[in-house]
Amino acid sequence: MEPAVTISPQRTKTERRRNWKTLVVEQRYLLLMLLPALLWAIFFCYLPMAGLYMAFVNYQPSLGGFWTKLFQSEFVGMDWFQYFFRNGDFYKIMRNTIASTMLTLVISFPVPILIAIALNEVRGALFKKTVQTVSYLPHFISWVIAANIIVTMLSSGGIVNDILKWLNLTDTSILFLQEGRYFWWIVALGNTWKEMGYNSIIFLAAISSINLELFEAAKVDGADRFQQIRYITLPHLKPTIVILLILALGGVLNAGFDQHYLLGNGLNQDFSDVLSTYSFRYGLQNSMFSYASAVGLFNSVVAFLMVVLVNYASKKLNDQSLF
Amino acid sequence: MLRNASLSDYAFNVLLYAFLSAVFVVTFYPFWNILVVSLNDATDSVRGGLYLWPREFSLESYRSIFRNDELLLSVRVTVLRTIVGTPLTVLAISMMAYSLSKRKLILWRPLTLFFIFTMYFGGGLIPTYMVIKSLGLIDTFSVFIFPGLIGVFLMILVRTYMEQLPGELEESAKMDGANDLAIFARIVLPLCVPVLATIALFVGIGHWNSWYDSYIYTYKPELKTLQAVLVKILNQFQTGAMVSEAEQLANSSKRIPVSGESIRMAVTMVATIPIVMVYPFIQRYFVKGIMMGAIKS
Repeated sequence: MEPAVTISPQRTKTERRRNWKTLVVEQRYLLLMLLPALLWAIFFCYLPMAGLYMAFVNYQPSLGGFWTKLFQSEFVGMDWFQYFFRNGDFYKIMRNTIASTMLTLVISFPVPILIAIALNEVRGALFKKTVQTVSYLPHFISWVIAANIIVTMLSSGGIVNDILKWLNLTDTSILFLQEGRYFWWIVALGNTWKEMGYNSIIFLAAISSINLELFEAAKVDGADRFQQIRYITLPHLKPTIVILLILALGGVLNAGFDQHYLLGNGLNQDFSDVLSTYSFRYGLQNSMFSYASAVGLFNSVVAFLMVVLVNYASKKLNDQSLF
Repeated sequence: MLRNASLSDYAFNVLLYAFLSAVFVVTFYPFWNILVVSLNDATDSVRGGLYLWPREFSLESYRSIFRNDELLLSVRVTVLRTIVGTPLTVLAISMMAYSLSKRKLILWRPLTLFFIFTMYFGGGLIPTYMVIKSLGLIDTFSVFIFPGLIGVFLMILVRTYMEQLPGELEESAKMDGANDLAIFARIVLPLCVPVLATIALFVGIGHWNSWYDSYIYTYKPELKTLQAVLVKILNQFQTGAMVSEAEQLANSSKRIPVSGESIRMAVTMVATIPIVMVYPFIQRYFVKGIMMGAIKS
């Protein structure tokens, strides 16, 4: 069978150029509508990327505009990166970043799956809807409010300490936010609290696409509800779980700035400082601009590589690519 | 056999409802507790033990917010940025989405990649701060609007929606001589109301919740948002909390965090209540919104 092929006539250079011009004229309104977005990306995404040159110079915040100062500053190559890798902070910051995100992942990943499965099993519509509505709510508040709530719950007169005392697990209040060793747990549980309901939506959608006849058949075969979950619901959720897990792994170096900054304080700093808060502190509070940029660049590059790697893995494993 | 099955069913239901009730309590109680403390008399609150109901009901904490100029000002800034910023962002995003939904657009592929790339790589904190400073946006209201004007992820949602619209409507309008601008404004935008409402709510909540830009890019008190003020109060409280417990007890009869803490609760409530109020309206939209995003990726 002959494939239908249209052979385009050879175009001359001038013809092509005219073509391009007419296209621009034809699409002038489309281009006009794209203009704000284009300006936004140039000014607020690509100019800061150019500004990353700061990480390779010794930027001195003295007279002159930012760009003149930047290009007049002394070029120091990888010195700032070496300084970061060699001083003792690197180990601590990386440990905190990875520990915090990994613990968050381990705790906050399975909970939404459990919630989705449970919600799907509920018969009463009112109960189901109430639980759903309330559990999504923390997602929509800011981390500032969430941090305020967490600090209150964990304070010496807060409900958590009251429960621990009531259970006779402690007789004096535990000062959770003043001791570093609790910090990763607080962030992990805080993240879980904030996002568990919301994250369950996607699993709930996946469950709702399962053919109901499968459950009927299982019931006829005598499977109880535990068995139905184990042999029908979970296997059907597996592809969704795998994709989301892979996606989550891509963000392992991106510990949220908000929660670490807002819950962190001088006393838990050894455990609360992550790449983003460290860079913030050195840059905006101690005015070591170049050093902070180098730390930020290290963070961005590794995070970007993680995403590319994860996308590649996802392609191989699932034949699904994220971009 | 039958008995066994019903027993397992019973156990299942007990577990099921216990688990979901726990989810309910854990996500609901913290908000309730904050509300209770904010409605209780400040001096009485220090005694602790406030769980389900205010012991000595008082609106004093809320009254003191409305007497505080800094807080009133911050509520105004937050409301203003939300009502100015949201429509601008929705318009900019929908125009962008419309252009990029046309695959015949010149340089379509490079342009798309140009925007997608910004989702995965950025200049980071310090260079961004420097650029914003060099653009003269420090201490201006614009800093709340322009750096966050576009959300590429939201744009993808809108674009996906636009691509699913029937093309015949646009074509017939084109025959009648309408240009892209007119087609966009008269035909595409009205058809996109559901998805635009979804992203408007996301963007609006984003504006209401934002603290970072106000916290680091503005110094004037009249540009501090509610959330930025709340960060300040939280910081004060955290530093205050580092005073040893004995000292706190000794101080509690005098002045220290007594009223400070009640105000913190009241401000937290004031920042939360609008979210809770628009929330029932968002709910049916955002579930659809997430679905669209999920299908795309």
